[in-house]
Amino acid sequence: MDTVKATGSPVKIRKQKTNLATNSLLSRSAYTIMYVFLIIVAVFQLFPIVWLFLFSLKNNQEVFNMSPFSLPETPRWENYAKVWTEGNISQYFLNSVVYTVAAVVLTVLLASFVTFALTRMNWKGSKLVLGLFMVGLMIPVHSTLIPLFSTFTSINLIDNPLSIILTYTAFNLPITIMILLGFYEALPREVEEAAVMDGASINRIFFQITLPMTSPVIATAAIINMIYNWNEFVFVNTFISSDVYKTLTVGIQNFIGQYTTDWGAIGATLVISILPILIAFFVLSNRIVEGIAAGSVKG
Amino acid sequence: MNKVMSDKKVIALYITPALFLILALIYVPIVQTGYYGLMKWNGIGEMEFIGLKNYSQLINDPLFWKSALHSFLLALFSALSLIGYLFISIILAGKIKGADLLRKIYLIPMLLASVAIAQLWLKIYHPTNGIINSMLLAIGVDNTPAWLAEPNIALYAIIVPIIWQYAGFYILIYYAALKNIPESLIEAARIDGASPFQIALKIKLPLIMNVIKVTIVLAVVGSLKYFDLIYVMTGGGPNGASEVMASYMYQKAFKGFDFGYASAIGFFLLIICLIVTYLIRKLTETKNDIY
Repeated sequence: MDTVKATGSPVKIRKQKTNLATNSLLSRSAYTIMYVFLIIVAVFQLFPIVWLFLFSLKNNQEVFNMSPFSLPETPRWENYAKVWTEGNISQYFLNSVVYTVAAVVLTVLLASFVTFALTRMNWKGSKLVLGLFMVGLMIPVHSTLIPLFSTFTSINLIDNPLSIILTYTAFNLPITIMILLGFYEALPREVEEAAVMDGASINRIFFQITLPMTSPVIATAAIINMIYNWNEFVFVNTFISSDVYKTLTVGIQNFIGQYTTDWGAIGATLVISILPILIAFFVLSNRIVEGIAAGSVKG
Repeated sequence: MNKVMSDKKVIALYITPALFLILALIYVPIVQTGYYGLMKWNGIGEMEFIGLKNYSQLINDPLFWKSALHSFLLALFSALSLIGYLFISIILAGKIKGADLLRKIYLIPMLLASVAIAQLWLKIYHPTNGIINSMLLAIGVDNTPAWLAEPNIALYAIIVPIIWQYAGFYILIYYAALKNIPESLIEAARIDGASPFQIALKIKLPLIMNVIKVTIVLAVVGSLKYFDLIYVMTGGGPNGASEVMASYMYQKAFKGFDFGYASAIGFFLLIICLIVTYLIRKLTETKNDIY
């Protein structure tokens, strides 16, 4: 580039310079406009959630008689104490944690087994099995809902936490395998080869060598699974009828049904339900961003 | 090496549990859905084989076609919103300070449960105390609409939070793809005198075309099976004005106890999703895919 400039005529150089000058002036105002635009979009994305937090700290009198944009006179944290102790929110919360953790562990473990067998081991039919898992990504949950409901009813798994954990696992396996696949393919084979030479069994290679090596991608896959499971609604709403087994997403739905006018209580309930994910996001945001990108682009 | 790495027993052991789960909980059910669609069945009692009656009823059911139209409208708006997301991503991937932070802020709604988002937006749309009507009143609009209760508006009032919810997801995907473009290509174009607009249109867009295709499939298929927000915010109402295929199926099965008919809808939904995926991939297939 420098050589081109040096051999060019003086006129040409001057012309380029003025161009650059106007460009930078133009681009500076364009830059500002674009920046303002991006910030407006950010406010639009964030404001509803801030507003939710605001009204979770108000009482009804403040909600109904004052501007929706006003700050609460005194933050009423008692709204949180109230919804946590009244109703079953704490029970729902615990259920969400148990189902989420159980399904995440099961999904990641099974997906690791499959991905290991698909990428590290040699066998006929691996393409077909991979295909089965990948087509699973396209299948709408609703097309399976009625048979699952009737099957679970007939084998007494309806209104049973197991039905939820197993369906979460089955429906998250395809995306989890997809996330793991790229990472496994990039793993060097030398370590495994050396282990085989040393006479290690395949199980030992998997558990003591490969699985630990994949811990970064396992963390990413686990977080993506956690977000999906924590927020899932249709399966719990369909398969679970007892309050003791409901999760937060379904539980808050019923809870809010009873408190249609107590905005503070509704706000507090919603904040409780979204808080674990928000905290996870603040702590692990890079991993989550990575995971979502990894889980979607490759399709 | 080969002997250890192709041990049939181990392979079977590693594959079977996961394979069993997806066969039992995904593949067998979709076959059953098609089969139940041939039955008259209330979910509890005896099934009665009625052939293709449910499917012919489906074709003649104006309420179903209305819900299918709503699903397609949702898909159309979701696909159109991709243009906006792409535009934002192109700005964001230019050298802008704080791009990482902004991108993360955009992503937050996507992380939250649809049920919580639905409840939040119910409050935003609240006829008297919601943010929107309060703002409209403040600027002097007297006839503020009851957004979710108006048949002509309800569907669009739900599409807005759906677009809000997924914005960060697609922006993230585009941003990641744009960041993967080698800087030298853009630098070369700039030296040749291409404007930022030309660079975006002639270089960046073609280079991320594959990713754009994937997002079109994701947005359209995702819209066709969309359910959560609609179920919570309006339940398909008022009077079917915001019903989509999945909510119509759910209502027929678990409120109307017409499991045979609902299964026919579920099977139809499956077929539509598979066909649409295939069609979009075919239609957007380019001869010289860059990567």
